[in-house]
Amino acid sequence: MNTAEIKAAIMDQFPGSVLESEDLGESQVELKADQWFEIATFIKENPNLSFDQLECITGIDLGEEASLQTRYNFHSMEHRHKIEILISHDRKEPKVASIEKIWRIGDWFERETYDMFGIVYEGHSDLRRILCPDDWEGWPLRKDYEGQELYHGIVIPKMKEEDGWE
Amino acid sequence: MGILENKFQDNVIVASMDKLLGWARSTSPWYFQFGLACCAIEMMASAASRHDLERIGMMPRSSPRQADVMIVAGTVTMKMALRVKKLYEQMADPKYVISMGSCATSGGPYWQHGYHVLKGVDLVVPVDVYVPGCPPRPEALIEGLLKLQEKIQTERPLTRKSV
Repeated sequence: MNTAEIKAAIMDQFPGSVLESEDLGESQVELKADQWFEIATFIKENPNLSFDQLECITGIDLGEEASLQTRYNFHSMEHRHKIEILISHDRKEPKVASIEKIWRIGDWFERETYDMFGIVYEGHSDLRRILCPDDWEGWPLRKDYEGQELYHGIVIPKMKEEDGWE
Repeated sequence: MGILENKFQDNVIVASMDKLLGWARSTSPWYFQFGLACCAIEMMASAASRHDLERIGMMPRSSPRQADVMIVAGTVTMKMALRVKKLYEQMADPKYVISMGSCATSGGPYWQHGYHVLKGVDLVVPVDVYVPGCPPRPEALIEGLLKLQEKIQTERPLTRKSV
């Protein structure tokens, strides 16, 4: 199936869940967050779609005024088609349903995205940082991230682009 | 050694004993076998047959209790910095640290934007020898180790330190 057919299949099952956006790339579909867990179950278990492989979960910060986004890359071994699903989050309270229970690999993917962007995956069994230390402050890959100055008494010097060492 | 260390006034016997101990210490500094990043590959290459660190009496030990030299080989992240410090504290005296490569020395390529990288391992443990390079070739590391041996040889373990 191509992207338009996959999109139509999702729209048939979940009317109103697909967002129409103009600046989408090839094989991208933007969805609303509220029915995400049901849609994820559907695209895995529907025999015509059968996305059995979750390839990647990525977080994206679209800028300090804009929203955060999670992107999921799915691939179907059976049908050899793929899709990228985009879900946008409110910057102040970024949260979306966890799909860890559907694709087991989602566990670490979601923990990494949580670690870097602070997006909360509701229903995740063990949502904590995976790369940074547990007591790290802030979400490092957000555009407005300010590194902390001290970590357990160790000074972290900061460099501004033009000013030199602080 | 512990009860005899730094106890004696400088004289002929102590001086020659010091020399013997310095020679013994400097010719068998066993190093702590742990690597943090790509520098560890060069460290392994130094230990392997072509460069063969056992020529100069160095042998890897997997426990900090048995090691004399800690070769900090690679990027030290903030998460690892606490552990490096803990491992250093677990080593028995006399102990030495070699900072291998530009990451361990100054943060290297992460010195500006690496929010998670320690800007030099000397912020958490005292460093004896810095080996520059990214990563240093085995020859460079061996040069650093020979410098460390020279440094150990000049120490006077038994002589009382002048106040």
